[in-house]
Amino acid sequence: MVTHYIPKTLIETLDILNDHTAKIIAGGTDLMVQKRGWANTAPNFDSTVNIIHLKELDYIREESESIHIGSTTSLTDILISSLTPPLLKDAIKEIASPAIRNMATIAGNIGNASPAGDTLPILYVLDAKVHIISKHVNRILNISDVILGPRKTVLNKEDIIKEIIIPKASFTHTEFKKVGGRKADAISKLSFTGAVSMQDDIITDFRVAFGAVGPTMVRVKELEQGIIGKTTHDVQKELTQIIDLYDPFITPIDDQRSNQEYRKKVSLNLLRDFIQSL
Amino acid sequence: MNKIEFTLNHKPVSIEINPTTRLLDILRNNFELTGPKEGCGEGECGACAVLVDNKLINSCLLPMGSIVDKHIITIEGLSQSPQGIKLIEAFGAEGAVQCGFCTPGMIMASHALLSKNPHPTDEEIKEGLSGNLCRCTGYSMIINAVKRAAKEGDGLW
Repeated sequence: MVTHYIPKTLIETLDILNDHTAKIIAGGTDLMVQKRGWANTAPNFDSTVNIIHLKELDYIREESESIHIGSTTSLTDILISSLTPPLLKDAIKEIASPAIRNMATIAGNIGNASPAGDTLPILYVLDAKVHIISKHVNRILNISDVILGPRKTVLNKEDIIKEIIIPKASFTHTEFKKVGGRKADAISKLSFTGAVSMQDDIITDFRVAFGAVGPTMVRVKELEQGIIGKTTHDVQKELTQIIDLYDPFITPIDDQRSNQEYRKKVSLNLLRDFIQSL
Repeated sequence: MNKIEFTLNHKPVSIEINPTTRLLDILRNNFELTGPKEGCGEGECGACAVLVDNKLINSCLLPMGSIVDKHIITIEGLSQSPQGIKLIEAFGAEGAVQCGFCTPGMIMASHALLSKNPHPTDEEIKEGLSGNLCRCTGYSMIINAVKRAAKEGDGLW
């Protein structure tokens, strides 16, 4: 039987998810489009559990080494919080429109696991962790271990994302570039995220991620390790080589928004531009 | 079916409904509030915009289960307020309405913007209205209308 639950507390929610199979709705901005029915009919959902009323998951708080974002916190609230890392703010500003940001959540971006989810490359670059809970199990996983592929995550039917944990980090150079068909409300053709720290002329931290050019976000830690410790002068000299090393990891598809060739070319150009700007 | 209680344009109401039903459909079909329009049905055009607890929301993306105990203001409610009246006058004076289909959403978004930022720059107006599409008037007159409302309605927001 199709049942729709509207719990008020987390404990109630965990019981529902434990005892029944129900799709979690938070902001609903992706799901309501995916499940859209004919005009004047309800969307085509099986059972659902609407968690947007869980006040206990609506928070952004700071601990000594990390920032914690509760899973029902809207993008608007994340954008205006002084605790939010600047790079994440840069991405949220580019996402959708004020009305969507008032509803949408980062946890929804993770649960939906779209290769074009715009907060995801930021979470990869910031080494974010996801705190997942169920009635009986409590686990904290790296974001890259939560998202398995397009629309595929490690989340079981009993699970709910409790919060996103972002380790504190500071960078000397950051960049988020989204390429879309319209400034607002566009699903990305591709995106580029970069975060670098330099001391004098030496690169002490180097992280880049690409969105919408593969089944999941593309971040290649082995290549980053090869760049860390070098001077900007060395890296500029090896620029063509670095681009060639990234090339095989960029594996986009053709779809109605863009094509493989464009996505790959622009992604690598954005990487080149970012390194040249250091 | 769940019983959903909420406030609609300052009046308490309730309805027995599948809580995944879109707020937009309930407003138009059950409460006969046809100001909110369905343009795209995907959150890209803003024609269905309403306020939920004073926040701008696309009612085509909002399931009824999300509005339990919330206060919904539609263009019908806003147009009775001094701010709504000022915006409607300003849109008229600037010729910011042609076919009118986007206008209810534009006015809701303008009100939401001015509530946060009573004297926005052109760039801030563009950002505030970035989720609202107009396909015939053009945006210059709409931006001018928001600036006029902000100036003439100084103190209202």
